[in-house]
Amino acid sequence: MKVIKIDKQNWTGGIDKSRENYQIFGPVKDKEHFVFKKLNLKEYPDMENALSVLSPKSILFPQSEKILAASLDESQDDHHIMKRVATDYSPRAVIGIMPCDAKAVQLVKLNFDTDDYRDPYWCDAYEATTFVGLAVNKPSIYDFTLSMGSGPFAEEGLDVLLVDCKDHFLAKVLSEKGDAFLKASGFTSEADADKSAKLINEIKNQAEKAIDAEKVKTEKLKEKSLLELHGASFWEDLSFSCINCGTCTFVCPTCWCFDIQDETKGKKAVRFRNWDSCMSPLFTLHASSHNPRAEKVQRVRQRFMHKLKYFVDKYDQGTMCVGCGRCVVHCPVNIDIREICNTMNSYEAEQA
Amino acid sequence: MDSLTDKIRTLCTGLLKDGKVDMIVGFKKGTIPMSSCPCVARTPEQAKELIWDSNCTLNLANYLTNRKEKIGVVAKGCDSRNIVNHIIENKVTRENLYIIGVPCDGMVDKRKIRALFNDDITLFSEENNKLFVETASEKKELDKQDFLKNNCTTCIHRNPVIYDELAADPVEEQKIENRFADVIKIENMSSDDKWNYFNDLIKDCIRCYACRNACPLCYCPTCFVDESNPQWVGKGQDINDVRTFHLLRAYHCAGRCTDCGACEEACPMDIHVRAFTRKLVKDSCEIFDWEPGLDPNKRPALDTFNPDDPDGFIK
Ligand code: SF4
Ligand code: SF4
Ligand code: SF4
Ligand code: SF4
Repeated sequence: MKVIKIDKQNWTGGIDKSRENYQIFGPVKDKEHFVFKKLNLKEYPDMENALSVLSPKSILFPQSEKILAASLDESQDDHHIMKRVATDYSPRAVIGIMPCDAKAVQLVKLNFDTDDYRDPYWCDAYEATTFVGLAVNKPSIYDFTLSMGSGPFAEEGLDVLLVDCKDHFLAKVLSEKGDAFLKASGFTSEADADKSAKLINEIKNQAEKAIDAEKVKTEKLKEKSLLELHGASFWEDLSFSCINCGTCTFVCPTCWCFDIQDETKGKKAVRFRNWDSCMSPLFTLHASSHNPRAEKVQRVRQRFMHKLKYFVDKYDQGTMCVGCGRCVVHCPVNIDIREICNTMNSYEAEQA
Repeated sequence: MDSLTDKIRTLCTGLLKDGKVDMIVGFKKGTIPMSSCPCVARTPEQAKELIWDSNCTLNLANYLTNRKEKIGVVAKGCDSRNIVNHIIENKVTRENLYIIGVPCDGMVDKRKIRALFNDDITLFSEENNKLFVETASEKKELDKQDFLKNNCTTCIHRNPVIYDELAADPVEEQKIENRFADVIKIENMSSDDKWNYFNDLIKDCIRCYACRNACPLCYCPTCFVDESNPQWVGKGQDINDVRTFHLLRAYHCAGRCTDCGACEEACPMDIHVRAFTRKLVKDSCEIFDWEPGLDPNKRPALDTFNPDDPDGFIK
């Protein structure tokens, strides 16, 4: 595998060079917290693995995205015909994304890019994007990625994996897209493959040791009976404290649900796609006014069953949680998916 | 704090054992440092998990809305005031409640404390107004007084206003010199500055509605922002829609908000949403001489008509 050495003193220069060919996205501090956003000239991604409140999913799947538009002016031939709006899909690079967030993109892809259906908005953005990940040398105490099929140095979904080696980065080139990005940045100095593999491995082992992979267990989720889990009595008390705010779904890199809204102003109509949340009662409200998930307990159960059981069964690709820890940190009432996962994983049906 | 925890456990275990209540609503220890989790205890065994510390920040009145059981509820000053609101607004009856009042000397602001450290906080404990905070690389001893939540620093009702039993002796109430200094600062801004101030305040809002959902006042079966037929407010991130949400939410809390700070505590984006409601707290205080949630037998300011009203428009 090709490994490029990037001296940190050349870092910002390289980023600036890459701007000739790429829009650059990355994490930056805004007020008190970190956000992933499109960086302006002279803005550089923070390379400290700070856990952004919102995941980078919005780069492909904005919270509110204009997708179609039409004219309501009947003197126009194409009035009332919805057409795709022009969106900038020129090449973009997401720099400093954590490996688990890159894996999350692959999970979201299962939903937006299927054999039967290709979501053009998400897929076009995905194809335009190069993912330049930053390995997590010092995992946070909330990181449980190793239990969820990812890890601080996981490569799935990345085009480049950067490893911070104090005065330089080692960049593992993982795809052609990644190779192209590094070239466009002027990062071309190849490192000795064996030596760097060894060094990366040492840092990786150190990082992985900081995470207790035994703390969260998932291995029995698949064999559990879906109906028994669904009917389990623990949901009632477990959901008691939930205020159904949806924070957990908004901060989550893998939550992919959305709502479609039309808005008109004067002679213009626009169709939007907005993030939605299974925690909201409106999410499942039918036009008939029936709501199949009218109760809080049903909504809480849905979120965790989807992430930890329905998804597991449907795709056979592990859980729909990558263990980033965002919902653990930000749930205002401390509903902790790590505990719920263990509860589900060790659940034995109650004797009737 | 530990003695409070013990006392609450003893009281609640007793209430459940004697069948005086069907359930207790209180706090249990959170799974991460500096957190607590609102919980329900239905058996004496479960009541042993109840705790009390400076992280019991949310407002438990929020969990009583429309419940029909006989409930024992652990309530600090602001929770007790929202319970009074709930009684006045027929969201719960006094007879169905057994209120275990907790005189409160303030909750701590976990964001202020987190900001002092580079690493994640791994341990938090407290004793006699001192906080002991640890990360993997650092250890600090802090004065609790310096890290109180914003609303706790201006609170003048630390002692529960309504209760069946107190878990400790009442604490001394704070004498606050200029309780609304923050509001006055905004009032004194020019219109343009105010406009910019509030636009900047809400610029990161993701409309998760945690602020609304953490608030005991927000119990409408369908909130105006969720109404879909007709739809009053756009659902995207347009600043006009976000602003509409915030202004209307605040006005719906006028004369009812106790400044408990649950809204702010719940916000994942650290938005100071009390900047909206504080102005209304000040106005109800100054214009109507009204402090919400103090007396279940008085009708709220916006719910009464007075023939002697000094304002001509109402007659
Ligand atoms: S689990 Fe927590 S974050 Fe998610 S909706 Fe419930 S209260 Fe909000
Ligand atoms: S469920 Fe929570 S921990 Fe898992 S990926 Fe989503 S936000 Fe991260
Ligand atoms: S909790 Fe914060 S982010 Fe969520 S709607 Fe309220 S102000 Fe906005
Ligand atoms: S608006 Fe905020 S401060 Fe006022 S009662 Fe509601 S949660 Fe408490």
